[in-house]
Amino acid sequence: MSVLFKAAPPETDPGFENIRRTVWHRRGFLGSQTAYVTLAFIIITLLVATLAGNFTTTNNLLNISRNFSYIALISLGMTVVIITGGIDLSVGAVTALTAVCTMVLMRWVTDSPLAAVPWAALVVPIAAGLALSAFVGWVNGMMVARVGLSPFVTTLGMLSICRGLTYVITQGRGQPPSGPYVAEFLSVTNGNVGGLPASVVYMLVCAMVLGFTLRHTSWGRHLFAIGGNEQAAVRTGVRVTRVKISAYMLCSLSAGLTGILLAGWLGSAPANLANGYELRVIAASVIGGANLAGGVGGPVGAVIGSALIEVIRNGLVLGRVDAYWQDALIGLIIILAVLVDRLRTRQR
Amino acid sequence: MLYVAQAEPAPSQGVRPGTLPAGERLLELNGIGKSFGAVRALDGMDLAIGVGEVVGLMGDNGAGKSTLTKVIAGNFPPSQGEIRLEGALVTFDRPAAARDAGIEVMYQDLAIAENLTAAANVFLGRELHRSFGPLRLLDHRAMNRRAAELFRELKSETRAEDTVREMSGGQRQAVAIARTRLAKSKLVLMDEPTAAISVRQVAEVLELIRRLRDSGTSVMLISHRMPDVFSVCDRVVVMRRGRKVADKLIAASSPEEVTGLITGAIAAA
Ligand SMILES: Nc1ncnc2c1ncn2[C@@H]1O[C@H](COP(=O)(O)OP(=O)(O)OP(=O)(O)O)[C@@H](O)[C@H]1O
Ligand SMILES: [Mg+2]
Repeated sequence: MSVLFKAAPPETDPGFENIRRTVWHRRGFLGSQTAYVTLAFIIITLLVATLAGNFTTTNNLLNISRNFSYIALISLGMTVVIITGGIDLSVGAVTALTAVCTMVLMRWVTDSPLAAVPWAALVVPIAAGLALSAFVGWVNGMMVARVGLSPFVTTLGMLSICRGLTYVITQGRGQPPSGPYVAEFLSVTNGNVGGLPASVVYMLVCAMVLGFTLRHTSWGRHLFAIGGNEQAAVRTGVRVTRVKISAYMLCSLSAGLTGILLAGWLGSAPANLANGYELRVIAASVIGGANLAGGVGGPVGAVIGSALIEVIRNGLVLGRVDAYWQDALIGLIIILAVLVDRLRTRQR
Repeated sequence: MLYVAQAEPAPSQGVRPGTLPAGERLLELNGIGKSFGAVRALDGMDLAIGVGEVVGLMGDNGAGKSTLTKVIAGNFPPSQGEIRLEGALVTFDRPAAARDAGIEVMYQDLAIAENLTAAANVFLGRELHRSFGPLRLLDHRAMNRRAAELFRELKSETRAEDTVREMSGGQRQAVAIARTRLAKSKLVLMDEPTAAISVRQVAEVLELIRRLRDSGTSVMLISHRMPDVFSVCDRVVVMRRGRKVADKLIAASSPEEVTGLITGAIAAA
């Protein structure tokens, strides 16, 4: 009999003892893949820190955190979709399309009568860019949740559409921010908040809000229910279609936001921006413990997964390992993460 | 007794629904049919359930019992026929609509999300909230407490805050049954609630059905177990290949007859 449990019986103690409460280290967060990966992340970070002398410089740490914050931001949105049992392959293309459209709009609004309105040349393009990304997510969600198409195929198609449009709009040329508010744009997207890069702050805020929402609202609970057993969710009156559409919208929105932030960081939105990000984002989510079968995942996993990839990448760079090894190693980590989880859950 | 025994079924109509006085009819199905492509799962089903009546629904595998439950519960619309609740024509376009009208369902497959806790499953689709200004947040504590209470009532050793994934068949069943007890309902449909549980729990479920009846809730119990049906039901309805072949008072029937009706050894009664 667990002493721990006797000492502090929960108020819902049903008064039977043959079925013990799951031991603490297998329950909740500590029992999840995310916990194991967090541990791995800490160990690997310490390892890299001792092996590579200049890893722990403030500059390098800030660089790393900014580098992974973009992937992590999209991973947060992706995790929401993965929890419902879906996938969104279009995020990289949406990132680029949003960034490019926002830049083009900055130019247009500046040249239009709207420019007379204070701040319009900054606020309108950003709002329109975010709205565009949410719209793309809405289309994905409608196709998946209402029409019933496969998420993989739908979002693969959307990837191609968005990337194609990005090239059509830019003709392959990079689009810099322009107009009277360029300085403000750069400080909003690439400034510093209390010594931290803006993108890192956005990531932390989004992660905290998402974590809270997933745990403490019906919407969050319904996401998990849909991923666990969609049929059961339908039968118990969960608005499955609506919730799924909202998941795809949120995912696209996170990609759109990231696109705007990237445009600020790079000082331009190239047409090939975020090329191949979808795979890095999915890798980060999965390493962090999101299960592609649905029903499992969280913001901590998304952030840690992204961070782990970046620390390894950075460590290899500092260790002067051939850059081509990076991808192979990250692939290995993906498989290792799910393998460890598989072995761990089997032994129960 | 709410049921008014009928002297002779009208010869031209074959098996007729129980003739309850109109005021005491809770649910009425008239000529319900349901096709899945070439499969005719329900064919001209008539059925009336009285207020506070417990009706047993029996039939071989594939007879159409679960399909009937799902039609009543608003999972899919019938291909033909009409449903009346308290005399009024109703169409439930989604399960929540049936539930809001007072029909609770325990599905044969239990409709449980394994990755959620028992309490989360019990309250799925109608979570309890606490308001903080504009925020409506889940009231975890209240839901856990209420779910634990329901499990205690069902004498099921099920822990409200444990994940369903690690639970036994009987515990899962308790979760599905607990759901039907959340709100005061008019009709509870139970699709094989005693299929995977212990002798003690079977007695508990049957006792629960009696309590529901005493409080004026009607129950439709689907079961393959003759003793269950004969100990709690007022009436037994037998289905074969999507049709109703018998609709009799328990007192006027016998397990032997019902067995014959299920297998087809007796054509109709
Ligand atoms: N969604 C569906 N699509 C196609 N056919 C279906 C569907 N649901 C049920 N059926 C068919 O309808 C018929 C009736 O099935 P139903 O599940 O209602 O039987 P049942 O009486 O509940 O059987 P059991 O005792 O095995 O639970 C079967 O032939 C089944 O194959
Ligand atoms: Mg059935």
